[in-house]
Amino acid sequence: MNEFLRRLLFLPPQRSTIAAEIDHLHYLVITITMIGATLVAAIGGYFLIRYRRRKDPDGRPNATSGTRSALKAEAAVLVVLGALFLWLWWIGYRQYMRLAIPPEESLDVYVTGKKWMWKFAYPHGAASVSEMYVPAGRPVRLIMTSRDVIHSFFVPDFRIKQDVVPGRYTTAWFEAVQPGTYEILCTEYCGTEHSYMRGHVVALGPEDYARWLKSDDALQPREPRAALDERIERGGPPLPVQMQLGETTMARRGERAAAEHGCLRCHTLDGSRHIGPTFGGLYGQKVPLEGGGEALVDEAFITASIMDPAAVIHRGFAPVMPSYLGRLEPAEVAGIVELIRSLRLVRPAPGALEEGIRSFETLEEQAR
Amino acid sequence: MSDAQAQDEHAPEAGHEADYLRADGGLRGWLLTIDHKRIGIMFYGLVLLFLLLGGLFAMILRAELITPEPTLIQADTYNRMFTLHGVIMVWLFMIPSIPNVFGNFLLPLMLGAKDLAFPRLNLASLYVFALGALVTLGGAVAGGADTGWTFYAPYSTTTPTAVVPIVTGIFILGVSSIMTGLNFIVTTHTMRAEGMTWTRVPLFVWAIYATSVIILFATPVLGMSITLVGIDHIYHFGIFDPALGGDPVLFQHIFWFYSHPAVYIMILPAMGVISEVVSTFCQKPPASYMAIFISSLGIAFVGFFTWGHHMFVAGMSTFDAGVFGALSMFVAIFSAIKVFTWVATMYRGSIRFSTPMLYFLFFLFLFVFGGMTGVAVATQSLDVHWHDTYFVVAHFHFIMVGATLTGFLAAAHYWFPKMFGRMYSERMGLLTSAAVFAGFFLTFFPQFLLGNAGMPRRYYAYPERFQWLNALSSGGSFLLGGALLLTLVNLLVALRWGRKATPNPWDSRGFEWETATMPIKHNFAVPPRIQRGPYDYHLTEEEAHARVSPG
Ligand code: HEM
Ligand SMILES: [Cu+2]
Repeated sequence: MNEFLRRLLFLPPQRSTIAAEIDHLHYLVITITMIGATLVAAIGGYFLIRYRRRKDPDGRPNATSGTRSALKAEAAVLVVLGALFLWLWWIGYRQYMRLAIPPEESLDVYVTGKKWMWKFAYPHGAASVSEMYVPAGRPVRLIMTSRDVIHSFFVPDFRIKQDVVPGRYTTAWFEAVQPGTYEILCTEYCGTEHSYMRGHVVALGPEDYARWLKSDDALQPREPRAALDERIERGGPPLPVQMQLGETTMARRGERAAAEHGCLRCHTLDGSRHIGPTFGGLYGQKVPLEGGGEALVDEAFITASIMDPAAVIHRGFAPVMPSYLGRLEPAEVAGIVELIRSLRLVRPAPGALEEGIRSFETLEEQAR
Repeated sequence: MSDAQAQDEHAPEAGHEADYLRADGGLRGWLLTIDHKRIGIMFYGLVLLFLLLGGLFAMILRAELITPEPTLIQADTYNRMFTLHGVIMVWLFMIPSIPNVFGNFLLPLMLGAKDLAFPRLNLASLYVFALGALVTLGGAVAGGADTGWTFYAPYSTTTPTAVVPIVTGIFILGVSSIMTGLNFIVTTHTMRAEGMTWTRVPLFVWAIYATSVIILFATPVLGMSITLVGIDHIYHFGIFDPALGGDPVLFQHIFWFYSHPAVYIMILPAMGVISEVVSTFCQKPPASYMAIFISSLGIAFVGFFTWGHHMFVAGMSTFDAGVFGALSMFVAIFSAIKVFTWVATMYRGSIRFSTPMLYFLFFLFLFVFGGMTGVAVATQSLDVHWHDTYFVVAHFHFIMVGATLTGFLAAAHYWFPKMFGRMYSERMGLLTSAAVFAGFFLTFFPQFLLGNAGMPRRYYAYPERFQWLNALSSGGSFLLGGALLLTLVNLLVALRWGRKATPNPWDSRGFEWETATMPIKHNFAVPPRIQRGPYDYHLTEEEAHARVSPG
């Protein structure tokens, strides 16, 4: 039945753990709505024939509007249809929440969209272009951003889609049910080669995945497929493969970016107290905010704090951090996030997350 | 029909005065006219021109999409062309079509007034519209923009194409919309004939009124959002560009705050036409005047709070998304009420099967099935798969384009005798409308399946597995184009060679039919006094006429 309806509706194969469930809702919604619409059409058609004008009109047609009964019927419609539609929405909304919230134990892949290709970076240091390598049978969380305009990451076989927005990180997740190659399409119009901004999720079985993790070429950015490459060379900008080779993990690249951009002048890595909160042991903490409330330090909080530090201020620290919006490459931000995550087991010095040293002057005074 | 002939002798008040088309001859008499009917006719010519132009672009796009790889045109040409297609169809055809043509022509006739409240403003609106169209199309000639009609930032603010003239043109068109909307609102309030109480106002007028209210609230927001795009494009302030500290998603919020209500700007007038047509051709009042009236206002109101459903995967909070999803369902409920009312109007009527009625049926079909796909896309987990695929393209073409087009064509046929004093060929009318429907269905139905299969929109090249559905859709579009041309030919032929129309050929009780056919320059020789409603089919034609007495 599932397979029959899926083909009838031209839906792609169901290759993620959530696809079949979404399709079942699809069948339900389509069945209900199409039965409803057909019913209305049938009644209309019946009236059309039953009440067609006869050659000799026998006096005036029935001219009473029947307003009262019509209003009653419509009040009923309001309630019944309202309940029905809201019920459908509720099921859809619960699934939507499931699509939005990645499982705890998922593997991360950093995705960067740019005109007109997809780039992937993996926490252990590998990187690839156009082809994303993941294990089948494990949830994978995508942490995505764009280097230029908005793109949208769509894998029809998984029934997932998420806009990829410059200056922001958005997430999506999936779990491929079986090894295979699944097409990625860009669904937010992004210019000349939008139609060719395609790629693949390559879901590997356990052995293949283990081999891929170890292989050398996993650590090199993979060249995009020749066709894409050629097309881009025809019109678009050159391929900037700007992964820092030689630094194997994303965390290492993040550390280097943090040093280059001056983050480490205020934040320490070893858990000691300084002007800004230490990065050591920061990830996963709940921190109190200036003006009340608290926030969980996760990827979203970290990126928001980098881009717009003045928006949420960690209580106890001076609001001195400049915004890095537009100054960091997406890959660098991803690296810094990875760096902070990699330091989550460091034990911060007492007070290092509660109160910062107020300024460089105090620091110098203390030194004296 | 016998009634209609009998009426000839009381096609009164008219006898001596020349009709509006002949009143003041010469080009000056047209270009400087402040007669709402002539202004309506001039809008008619313009929007038809734009319909043809937009349709031409659509067919080139469809021709390109017959094959998976590029053949006919370059990627960049394709992108400019779909942008232009969308811009022309939305702002130069659908939004002005029914209000500015039929609203202009009929509102005063239906209200028993001799003109709109501000005749000069009306003429000014025409010229502002023409200027806006000129600037927009000038922008197209100067290279065109490749952003899509939605102008999503930061693409729109960074593309080197001619975004600025195009958004300037749209801004000017918005000014014209506001001028006309304001005019309609004031006219409805102040120009009703004696005896026309609020519940005697025809439903078409209410539809135009509700539309005008939406225009007044929403259009300034459009003006603002595209002005910001223009400013960003010229000066790189970075309002929407994250590289400069802006927020691209903010643009989407502002844009859809206008553009969601704008879909009701496009469809409510068509609903008004349909309400009139179904009543006339069933010889019955609408099953419930109140239900249609209230659901129009309901749609206009709720329509302002559903914009977020265009952004379910744009990175909104899940809570906001949920609220927008649930509210969207209310639009479906109000729409359902309208549908039931129209269908119930047919119940125990005396249905005359002619061209406008056939368009009513097509409207109903497209609106019901298209509306149901609206419920489907508002079911959020499903929309994740459908968003920005051909499913959404099919959804809004079925419901918004389908409804506006069938409403427009229903109006074009229904009021043709009123506007031009002649009858078109009924047989050709039925034939062409059936062809329009067949072409429309064949074009857009396969697109639902393409969306299910996962084909993204705005692709000029696509994976091969999508080909045969695309070819089917392209075939449909050529049929549709041909059918529209034939429809136009049928009406143009009738203009010259059609049989002379009787004053009330459809045996309607609408007040517009109480004027002479064709109406004289000032509509009524003597201001009418209204003593009945617009749908009093229990009265015979003579009785009805007697209750719209002059003086
Ligand atoms: C039954 C009530 C309706 C519901 C629940 C509904 C719901 C939706 C939803 C959720 C979307 C977003 C889909 C997406 O982008 O992924 C959408 C798109 C759209 N709808 Fe509807 N809709 C309804 C009726 C209408 C009507 C009456 C019109 C026009 C008169 C309309 C015109 C549009 C347009 C133009 C778009 C897409 C615009 C674009 O992306 O370019 N809808 N609708
Ligand atoms: Cu893209």
